[in-house]
Amino acid sequence: METIVLIMAVIASALRLATPLIFSSLGGTFCERSGVVNIALEGIMIMGAFFAILVTDFTGSPWLGIIAAMVAGILTSLILAVLAVHLRANQVVAGVAINMLTAALAAFLLEMVWHRSGQTDPVKAALTRNPFEFLEGIPVLGPLFAGLNPFVYLAFIAVAVSYYVLFKTPFGLRLRAVGEHPKAADTVGINVYKIRYIAVMISGALAGIAGSSLSLGTVNLFREGMTSGKGFIALAAMIFGKWHPVGAFLACLFFGLMEAIQIQASSLGLDWIPSEFLQAVPYVATILALAGVVGRAVGPAASGEPYEKGHR
Amino acid sequence: MDNKKESKLQLFLDSVRFPLMAIILSFLVGSLFIIWTGNNPLVAYGALFGGSLGSMSRFGETLLKTTPLIFTGLSIAFAFRTGLFNIGAEGQYVMGALFTVTAAWLFKGLPGFVLVPAILISGALGGALWAMIPGILKAKLGIHEVIVTIMLNYTGLFIANFFVRTALNPSTLLGTEQKAYTVLVPEHGRLTQFADHLSIFGTSSVNTGILIAVAVAIITWYVLFKTTLGYEIRSVGNNPYAAEYGGINISKNMILAFAISGMMAGLAGATVVAGLTYKMDQASHSPGYGFTGIAVALVGKNHPLGVIASAFLFGVLSNGARKMQIAGIPKEIVDIIQGLIIIFIAAEAILKYMPDLKTKLSGKKNKEVA
Repeated sequence: METIVLIMAVIASALRLATPLIFSSLGGTFCERSGVVNIALEGIMIMGAFFAILVTDFTGSPWLGIIAAMVAGILTSLILAVLAVHLRANQVVAGVAINMLTAALAAFLLEMVWHRSGQTDPVKAALTRNPFEFLEGIPVLGPLFAGLNPFVYLAFIAVAVSYYVLFKTPFGLRLRAVGEHPKAADTVGINVYKIRYIAVMISGALAGIAGSSLSLGTVNLFREGMTSGKGFIALAAMIFGKWHPVGAFLACLFFGLMEAIQIQASSLGLDWIPSEFLQAVPYVATILALAGVVGRAVGPAASGEPYEKGHR
Repeated sequence: MDNKKESKLQLFLDSVRFPLMAIILSFLVGSLFIIWTGNNPLVAYGALFGGSLGSMSRFGETLLKTTPLIFTGLSIAFAFRTGLFNIGAEGQYVMGALFTVTAAWLFKGLPGFVLVPAILISGALGGALWAMIPGILKAKLGIHEVIVTIMLNYTGLFIANFFVRTALNPSTLLGTEQKAYTVLVPEHGRLTQFADHLSIFGTSSVNTGILIAVAVAIITWYVLFKTTLGYEIRSVGNNPYAAEYGGINISKNMILAFAISGMMAGLAGATVVAGLTYKMDQASHSPGYGFTGIAVALVGKNHPLGVIASAFLFGVLSNGARKMQIAGIPKEIVDIIQGLIIIFIAAEAILKYMPDLKTKLSGKKNKEVA
């Protein structure tokens, strides 16, 4: 019985930890499938996490907080869109710049609003509790559901919707065409710039929600550095999942499980494994995936390449 | 002769114009944030520059902050010159620092004049080895280096943390209690601080690391622009197919370029450890010199001498930030300015590389008919 409770707790923890990664890596998938590399996921998550708390604090509604996080994410991603699509800037440079800028901006706004640095005040209405209490009565699985928060359910929905949009709709087909061969897509009348703008904004909205799932879903405040590289793990998950929503989802679950095991290592009797090794697993696994050790991961053909209309 | 001189000057002006514009624009936008905080931008910038250049002691502290940025800036600029994007200077820095601390412990019996070069070389080696991973993966398997280097940044950090906690911990090597940092670099293995010999540098910890950094920058300039190796590496960067046709081994040069780039990032770690911290701490995130190095390289136009100038600018910014904080202005404004500089630089890259758009912007305004 003890073991089952423990296993349920680890699974719940893995799902909670995977949630921000899922949203963010879905965002990355949309973006890269359209041909824009999104290194800025980390920075967009910071903005999402911050504005979720800000708006929740002022309105008392965490759901408005999530919407604010989406809006903040979209606005941040627009910087990337303008630089990458219209100005044909180096997308990696643009991403790095956004990451630096957003970290500074969040810290600055934190100081302006709460008059201190480090972290915000906790908000009263967070979304850290299980929204479906009746599920906790289920035998065996009860403790698992008790450990979930609304974002976990939203993440599952987001995966299904993303898969549908990318692979079952005309828009998804156009988006993927733009990422594989923009010139061919342009020739058949697809507006490459428009599709890429929309894709980058979708990724901004998703990464924004990812941020809010950190600040509203796991704790009830914003802390500087709380994303701690999660945007980059999401990027890794996207690659490990071969630029596919379901693949990315599975990769996130795997990475989330690694983190959960690392946190619960002593109660699992696994503390003989150095925690640093478990922390490094997502990154090493991704490199191995790229190298073809665990099934070759190949990205969209035109990913990272600016498209110039009418240019040969 | 005159003509040639003029065109060189013209070339110089052309290349510094956009970085300068980006910097000025960023400061202007930054002043809006300062006004928002209810302060006078002139007072704030006065505090910023006064705080980093106002006295020899402050100037020394600025040079101290400049030192690792020259190295990481060079690392990234060198990679850019060879057509590679090394976003992994962060991880190479960490590995450099790790190798430095390790070497300082292993060779602590050696006299200072041997030990100091030995540990610096070890640091360079650490960075180079770590950077060769993306180099080899790109050369042999065609894997894009950006993702690999990002992944290696974190991997490097965790490896370093592991050794800081275990093998290099004073508790393991000296039998003390568990510490959150490594054993110290022995005193005779440390870089000399200027203040020890020139009292004018006051309390600043600036050390011979800055001289090494400038020397490495000059050597890099020489290697890149005056040697066959530099020519080959730049050719691979400019046009790999043409280079291969011309008999240059792409794969070899790519790995070599990455190793050299990593060597410089490793030296950043080596000089910080040997010149300032004398140890390595357990860290949840790397110190950010690698990412700022990208900004340094871009502002410096990927030219080794430009890198020195732009690293100094970023040194001024980061040292002055604390003084601005003391004057009651959030130091985050400086970080915002740094971020803005790169955004503007990224946006202007287009004007340089796509001259046709320049004419499009200035010339015809009518919409293109597809």
